[in-house]
Amino acid sequence: MPYIPHTDADVAEMLACIGARDTEDLFDEIPPALRIDALPGIPDALSEAEVTRLMRARASRDGGVVSFIGAGAYEHYIPAAVWDLATRGEFYSAYTPYQAEASQGTLQLIYEYQTMMAGLTGLDVSNASLYDGATAFAEACLMAVRANRKSKSRRVLVSRGVNPIYRSVTDAIVRGQGIELVELPLADGRTDCDALTKLDGEDFAAVCLQQPTFLGTIEETHAITDWAHAHDMLVVAVCNPTSLALLSPPDDWGDVGADIACGEGQPLGIPVSSGGPYFGFMVCRPALQRQMPGRIVGRTVDIEGRPGFTLTLQAREQHIRRSKATSNICTNQGLMVTAATIYVSLLGAEGLRRTALTCHANTRALAEGLAGIDGVEIAFRTYFHEIVVQFDRPVAPLASALARRGILAGYDLSADYPELGQALLVCATDARTQDEIDAYVAAVHEVLKESQAA
Amino acid sequence: MSEIPENLKYTSEHEWVRLEDDGSVVIGITDHAQEALGELVYVEVPETGAECAKGDACVVVESVKAASDVYAPVTGQCADANAALADEPELVNQSPYEDGWLVRFTPSDRAELEELMDAESYEQFLMDAES
Repeated sequence: MPYIPHTDADVAEMLACIGARDTEDLFDEIPPALRIDALPGIPDALSEAEVTRLMRARASRDGGVVSFIGAGAYEHYIPAAVWDLATRGEFYSAYTPYQAEASQGTLQLIYEYQTMMAGLTGLDVSNASLYDGATAFAEACLMAVRANRKSKSRRVLVSRGVNPIYRSVTDAIVRGQGIELVELPLADGRTDCDALTKLDGEDFAAVCLQQPTFLGTIEETHAITDWAHAHDMLVVAVCNPTSLALLSPPDDWGDVGADIACGEGQPLGIPVSSGGPYFGFMVCRPALQRQMPGRIVGRTVDIEGRPGFTLTLQAREQHIRRSKATSNICTNQGLMVTAATIYVSLLGAEGLRRTALTCHANTRALAEGLAGIDGVEIAFRTYFHEIVVQFDRPVAPLASALARRGILAGYDLSADYPELGQALLVCATDARTQDEIDAYVAAVHEVLKESQAA
Repeated sequence: MSEIPENLKYTSEHEWVRLEDDGSVVIGITDHAQEALGELVYVEVPETGAECAKGDACVVVESVKAASDVYAPVTGQCADANAALADEPELVNQSPYEDGWLVRFTPSDRAELEELMDAESYEQFLMDAES
């Protein structure tokens, strides 16, 4: 897309054309009571040069550390071609153009992305992406409540194994619509199947599970999916896309598979960069496709029979349905999807599988190294690429001591999962080397010995 | 001019209502409505047993361009829905008053039926709307 600056003369001409005096006039329909004049605590605007200096200084603080933190965002090796191609001018826009069909290349890319997500999850219908994993999960809960017409309760069961940030964002989004999230407890790091049987006979629209769980463990997806379907509930699968190269895809969960899969697309070629931008994905069974929010690209033929791509199933989108649209808060993340599509194309099915295997092997090596240290326990035995490491003393000082050695030790679980005691969530993806894993184990050993001696 | 059968009742939202001998009512959209919507690709009907108040959106008819609500013309319980529409939503276009019916309701207040328009009033309503 071209860069189009507005000169003062351009602005004046546009305003004159619609009969407005100044830009402020364009906002005069907003009642004064709703307008904010000052933003307390927000500093004055900076010039471009000042912002560049500030961001360089901030960015330099990110460098030079070896990160063992996952907790929802995962560092993977990204082939250089991914961002070289994704940032070409033809792709370099975050949005599907408003006259979407004018950009056949963009639509084809999204179509390829949808095909890829359908292949990874086994479910047939993918949308063009959503903001991020948390809002994708919120949309999946809203969709399940709309789609499950046998359920009247507007209640959704959500496992405590689902990312706590996703749960809190989703609660904020759905609560205003009278939807209640009911927590399913964990036992041994996984959704407690005994807790389910106590809920027999109660009305819920859906059961939501994360695989692997936020704690890195592997869920009993088959049993829980079958239980949910036997009780007229839908199943929402929150998935890590890398893990899908190894674990059963949502379509294979239980006898008939999960109904909606969603999650964070960041592991597919998006760097961990100060919190984003990332992208959310959502895939579902054909029976639910009309309840799916967001844009969907379809393949068709034009009047002369030539193949082409078009937006499809738009009848319930906000530009047509207004306040009755399936969602008024979603968009797609075109640029991130472009990178993800190129990343998966370059790796291929085999490359993605090898990446997933390397992540698992690295995490296993780390777990084995740590298990030999006094005062350290690996909490759960089944995991993909993330483990809960429990310590016999406070983790905060330990994490600080490792940070001073250039190692980010993991995500401190004490606020979100106090029942796990002093515990870190630690991840070793394919981006970590054996040397780095050895250095981590050695550093933990040393720091614990020092604190013992002190 | 679109077809407006004499034996039916009508609403200003372009729904028709047919009183059955067993006291139930069959509901559909008028020839005028199907013409305005264009070819339907999907019809979403309520679950059997669902309670609908007069004016509630009880059915969604979807064309390639837009999804539109069909409002319950009377208060009642959904007794049945037209299963054929799942595979052939275009029946609503081809036969809006017969094969393309949407739902059958058991009305809870038969007095509400008196508030509906007869064919003559609906025809006048359409002419007024056009002029």
